[in-house]
Amino acid sequence: MPLYHTDDQAMLADTVTGFMADEGAIKQQLRHFRDANCQDGFGHALWKQFAEMGLTGMLAAESDGGLGMGHVEAGIVLREIGRNLTPSPFLTTSVMGVTALSGGSDDLRGRWLPGVIAGESVLAVAIDEGPRHRPESIALRAERAGNGFRLQGRKTFVVQGASADAIVVAARTSGGDSDRDGVTLFAVPRDADGIAHENVRLVDSAMASTVTFDNVVLDGDCVIGDVDGGRALLDKVLAAGRVGAAAELTGVGQGAFALTTGYLKTRKQFGKLIGEFQALQHRAAQLYAELEIADAAVIKAQQLLDGGSEKAELMTSVAKAKAAMACNLAVREGVQMHGGVGMTDEYDIGLYMKRDRSLAEFMGDRYYHAERVARLSGY
Amino acid sequence: MSDLEGFRQDIRAWLAANCPPEMREPVRDEADVCWGGRNFSFKNAAQKAWLEACVAKGYTVPDWPVAYGGAGMTPAQAKIWREECARIGARPPLSSFGIWMLGPALLKFGTEEQKVHYLGQIARGEIRWCQGYSEPGSGSDLVSLQTYGETVSDPVSGDHWVVNGQKIWTSYADKADWIFCLVRTDKTNKYQGISFLLFDMTTPGVTTRPIKLISGNSPFCETFFDNVKVPRHQIVGEVNRGWDVAKYLLGHEREMISGAGGGDRLSAIGAVVARNGLDDPLLRADLAMFDVDALAFAAMSEKFLDEAKVGRAHPAQPNMMKYAGTELNKRRHELLMAAGGATALEWESERTSGGTPARSWLRTKANSIEGGTSEVMLNVIAKRILDLPGA
Repeated sequence: MPLYHTDDQAMLADTVTGFMADEGAIKQQLRHFRDANCQDGFGHALWKQFAEMGLTGMLAAESDGGLGMGHVEAGIVLREIGRNLTPSPFLTTSVMGVTALSGGSDDLRGRWLPGVIAGESVLAVAIDEGPRHRPESIALRAERAGNGFRLQGRKTFVVQGASADAIVVAARTSGGDSDRDGVTLFAVPRDADGIAHENVRLVDSAMASTVTFDNVVLDGDCVIGDVDGGRALLDKVLAAGRVGAAAELTGVGQGAFALTTGYLKTRKQFGKLIGEFQALQHRAAQLYAELEIADAAVIKAQQLLDGGSEKAELMTSVAKAKAAMACNLAVREGVQMHGGVGMTDEYDIGLYMKRDRSLAEFMGDRYYHAERVARLSGY
Repeated sequence: MSDLEGFRQDIRAWLAANCPPEMREPVRDEADVCWGGRNFSFKNAAQKAWLEACVAKGYTVPDWPVAYGGAGMTPAQAKIWREECARIGARPPLSSFGIWMLGPALLKFGTEEQKVHYLGQIARGEIRWCQGYSEPGSGSDLVSLQTYGETVSDPVSGDHWVVNGQKIWTSYADKADWIFCLVRTDKTNKYQGISFLLFDMTTPGVTTRPIKLISGNSPFCETFFDNVKVPRHQIVGEVNRGWDVAKYLLGHEREMISGAGGGDRLSAIGAVVARNGLDDPLLRADLAMFDVDALAFAAMSEKFLDEAKVGRAHPAQPNMMKYAGTELNKRRHELLMAAGGATALEWESERTSGGTPARSWLRTKANSIEGGTSEVMLNVIAKRILDLPGA
C-alpha cells in the first residue's frame, strides 16, 4: 500500500482541514476556553459539530452506527486538531475510548456509543498511575464485590477526566502489579459513588484529572471484555492512543513550522528579511526534513495498525518517538526564530510549544518509546 | 494470459537459460563488477558470457530504444525485467557511467547520429566513460569552472577546441576510454559559456593520477588536460549551453542517489550490535535513538519512492532525501565504530576483512560532500521547497 492517502482520504483531509481552520481556530477554541477558565477543557458546541460531520463515530463499527474507518482517517482529524491546537475530546473519546468499547459486549457498546456518536458524551481514559507512563504496572485494584467489583486506587493524567461521561479504567483484578495478566478494563460512569477528581489545568491549558477511586462499586456489566483478560485490549487502546498522539504531534509541528517560515518571510532586521540569513535557512531546511520524516513514520504506523500487521507495534513506537522529536524541534526553533515576540502570549508560537510538551508525555515519551524500540528489536 | 504475463514468462525462461549461476551470486568485490570498455579484464568466462548475452538482446539498457542498443521495453516491462532478475539474484550485466549519466543526457540533448553512435557503444559495453566536472577551484560552485577550450578553426584537419585545465574527483579516469567533460568555451559569460564535450582519454595531452583517500584507495582521480584537441562535433547540445545539460544530469543523479540504496543503508543497527554483546546502557540508549531515526527514515524512503512513482513528490525532494540519508549514514557508522571498540580500529586484519569497519566509517564522511554537499542540499530546500527570501 503506497504511503500516501487514497483519494477518499485526501477528500476527507480537504474537508477536515477547512472545517478545523474555520471552526477549530486558536482564537475561537483554545484561547477562548482558556481565558474563560472553562473547567471542561474543550468546547461542547464544536464536539456537536464533530458529530454532525460524522467524525465522532469514525472508528466505531458501521453496525454500531459508526463509519468503520481506521487510524489513517482518525489521524487526518488529529493532525488538523494539532495544527489548530484545538482542545478536543476526539483522541480520548473517538479513538481510545471507542477502541476500548470495541472489545465490549453489545450491551456495553449500546450503552455508550450512541451518546458518543451523537456528540453528547465524551470518554476519558485512565491508565497512568504516576508521573511517567508505565502501563506495564497496574496497581489500582478491582476486587469482586457481589455481582460486580469494587475499585480502589488512583489514576493520574486523566485528560478531560472530570468532564467525561465515562472513564475507561485499566484496573487489576488479579496478580501482582507488574503482571501482564490479571488486568481488566472497566467503563466507569461519571456518577459512580466514590470517585473524586483533582482537576488541574496543565501548561497547554488542557484539563487533566488525578482520579481517586475510593471503594467505587460497579456492576459486572461495567467490565469491558473478559475479566483478567484485559491486557490485549489495553494494548490496542494504547496503540491507538500512541499513533493518534503521533498524528496530532505532526499537526502541531507543521503548524509551528508554518508560523515560523511565515515569520522568516516577513520580519526585517539589518535591512533585510531575516529569512535571507543562511543560518536560519539551513535550520528551517533541517526542520523540514525532520517533519517530513515524522509524517512518513506516522502514516506507515497508521497503515500497519489498520492492516493488523505484526510490525505495527514497533512502528507505533517509532512514530510516537519520531513525531515527538520532530515536533519538539519545531516548537523550540519556532520560539527562538520568532525572537522576543515568540515569548509573548499574544503570539501563537508559544502555545505550540506548550501543546508539544503535553503531547510528549501522553501515552509514553520519546525515552519510553525508544526503549520499546530497543526491546522489540531484541536488545 | 495477458501480454505482460506472457512477457514475464519469456523473460523468466530467457534468464534461466542465459544467466550463468556465478552471475546470480551477490557482488563481493571490485572484480565482480563489469564496467566494460576497451581495457576491461573479465574476472571469469561467466561474467563475459553474461554481458554478451545481455548485449545481444539489449538488456544492458532495457528501456532504451532498440535503435540505440536497448530492448525498447515499456516502463511496465522494464519493471518485470528488474523483478525477474531480482528473483534469481541476477547481477546487472554492465555497470556504466555511460548508462547512468551520459545516456540520459544524450537521449535528451543529443543528435540522432550521436544517439546511434554513442548510445550503441555504451549499450554494447564497448566504451567506458568517466565524468569531468569538478575542479580543484570549482566544487560546490561548479559553474565557476576554468578548464578552457579555445576555439580553433582548421580547414585542413577540422575545426576543434584546444583544451587546457584540470578536473578532480573523476571516478575511474585511469580506466576509462572516453570522458564527458564540462569545458569553458566562453570566458565572458559565466552561465552560458560552458560546453559539454566528449573526447577520447587516449587523446595526446590527457593524463590521470589516482587520489588516495583517508579511507584508503579510491576510484577517484585527478585528470590533466595539456593542449588536448577535441573535434568540433564532439559536443552534446549547443556550444556554450553545456550548463543546461549538466543541470539536467545533476537532478537526474540526485534522484538516483536518493532512490537507490535501499535495504542495508536504511537499516536499524541495535540488534546487530547487540549480537556481539551490549552491556553499555548509554551506548544502548544512543543505538535505540538511532534506530528510531533509521526506521522512520526507512518509512520516508518508501514514501518518497511511492510518491515519485506517481509524480506526487516535490521535484526538489531528492535534495532532502540525500541530506537526511547521508547524515543518518554517517551517524550509523560513528555508532558502529563505537560499538566495535578497539577491534574496529584495525586497518588490515582478517577478522575485520581488511579494516572494513574503519574504512567504511571514513568513506561515509564523503557521502555528505559528494554529489552536492549537505549545505548545498539545505540551500536548495530553503529556496525551492520553503521559498525563503534571497535563497
